[in-house]
Amino acid sequence: MSLEITDIQTKVSGRFEGGVSNFRMEQDIFTFEAGSEIIKDVIRFMKEDETLRFNFLTDLCGVHYPDNDTSSQYAVVYLLHNWIDNVRVRVKTFLPADKVEVDTVTGVFASANWMERETYDFYGVHFIGHPNLKRILNDEGMKSFPMRKEYPLEDSARTDKDDRFFGRTPDNYEPNTK
Amino acid sequence: MSDLFIDQEHRFAKIVREQRFEDGRELSVLNFGPTHPSTHGVFQNILLLDGERIIDADTTVGYIHRAFEKIAENRTFYQITPLTDRLNYCSAPINNMCWWLTVEKALGVEVPKRAQYMRVIIMEIARITDHLICNSILGVDLGAYSPFLYVMKYRELAYEIYEEICGARMTTNMGRIGGFERDFSEACWSKIREFLEGFPKAWDELERAFIRNRIFMDRTVGVGAISAEKAINYGFTGPNLRATGVDYDVRVAQPYSSYEDFDFVVPVGTGGDTYDRWCVRCAEIKESLKIIRQALDNLPDGSYHADVPDYYLPPKDEVYTSMEALINHFKIVMGEVPVPIAEVYHSVEAANGELGMYLITDGSRAPFRLHFRRPCFIYYQAFPELIKGGMFSDAVATLSSINVIAGELDA
Repeated sequence: MSLEITDIQTKVSGRFEGGVSNFRMEQDIFTFEAGSEIIKDVIRFMKEDETLRFNFLTDLCGVHYPDNDTSSQYAVVYLLHNWIDNVRVRVKTFLPADKVEVDTVTGVFASANWMERETYDFYGVHFIGHPNLKRILNDEGMKSFPMRKEYPLEDSARTDKDDRFFGRTPDNYEPNTK
Repeated sequence: MSDLFIDQEHRFAKIVREQRFEDGRELSVLNFGPTHPSTHGVFQNILLLDGERIIDADTTVGYIHRAFEKIAENRTFYQITPLTDRLNYCSAPINNMCWWLTVEKALGVEVPKRAQYMRVIIMEIARITDHLICNSILGVDLGAYSPFLYVMKYRELAYEIYEEICGARMTTNMGRIGGFERDFSEACWSKIREFLEGFPKAWDELERAFIRNRIFMDRTVGVGAISAEKAINYGFTGPNLRATGVDYDVRVAQPYSSYEDFDFVVPVGTGGDTYDRWCVRCAEIKESLKIIRQALDNLPDGSYHADVPDYYLPPKDEVYTSMEALINHFKIVMGEVPVPIAEVYHSVEAANGELGMYLITDGSRAPFRLHFRRPCFIYYQAFPELIKGGMFSDAVATLSSINVIAGELDA
């Protein structure tokens, strides 16, 4: 008997009433949002529950939404995979700009260790309780978090080319209004 | 401790200073890498040694980090393919195809059956070249240089096949949204047939040199082993996971590009050690050859690209003669294509695990966010676990058997 999307929704929203929201299909992957204070419990529940059995953390990464309210500027995205029923689920948790921190899930999945370090390195998301939270790909002395949208790719002091003609001005994206 | 190259603040330096044994022996710290000949790439392992036995290891990565995810946020879709080449450069076409499949999923492009089969052929050739390097280099690291040379001839032939398709050999930049830039040429098909003819013989020769070789088995059986449970917890995928006995393969679990049409088995090991990883790769090469043969036999007729004039470059002769085609060409090259607002994840079975791309588009010409799920970045964090308690020479064998590619590790 395979795991149905509706079962996941019923199970998760039954266990975390009010903490989870916005259940939807994003193309082929079922997606929902969870509050940052319960995200660790949500991930643990989804791994350890007898019917959900999401046994594999495929991916963990950060996203910066500069156009959102300050209460939801940063997102941490968890992609879980149930290998027994072959179902993927994406869980997003939004973090406020002034308090970019969330509980670590290294206690649930050992593979989260480096992925959280990478997210910290690029987005400055502080993972509370992480065993070794330091930069992984960038230099340790670096002050900025380079994947945040406010850091331009190229040196803005350059005068030898006009970036407007290459679609590379800092405001070249439309906010998501959907 | 007087070694100037070891950071005195490092936790190992402290252990070495404070550890006292009754027989007077001392622990030592060894820098394995960043540029050691047997690391096959730039990554550093700081090893805490008791004689030749490894007590603990600390891995440092990021030496060739090139900020691909940041660059991708400022490039059009066609400009991102060359970035994906440079992730796992031993099997660049698989990365290219994963990128196209991700973009096609976001844009809603249907690829014709023929193009899908052509993609399967090229992805399996890439998988063979990747496994070929990994397995024969493991032999080189253990002192068996000649078998490596038997098969290199066929990697050269595989690169010539890439050259026939896209003009490049290593960093291929192959394909287009919706298919390929041109149909495979007659020379290309005959080279693929030549590869299928000659390669299995050369590979058998290599396999026979190793598979029941006393020295090879002594050096690899039980070395760098990991249990299935731990491997899943550490995020292992690909041959390294299958060597532990778990039959997870993206080609079977979530088929893409018509993999469901092909008859092949997913080889698994039992012990999860270096020898099993080597054997799983050998068996996978045979399965890949099987898939290529089936694809050649059942290759459907039809177009080699989807009919999507919004995304697919118009034929060159039209660009030179008609204004509409010229404008269309210009718009596509500059990235002025219709992009829906979408959030997609697509993964393929790359040569060393599940390669995934997580793409968020916001309607502009460049991705809003592009994240690469790089298999070896995720499983390399288990490396200290794999080598703890073993000899230093085993660490070298383990490192080459888990197929860590520095380009992919550091993105």
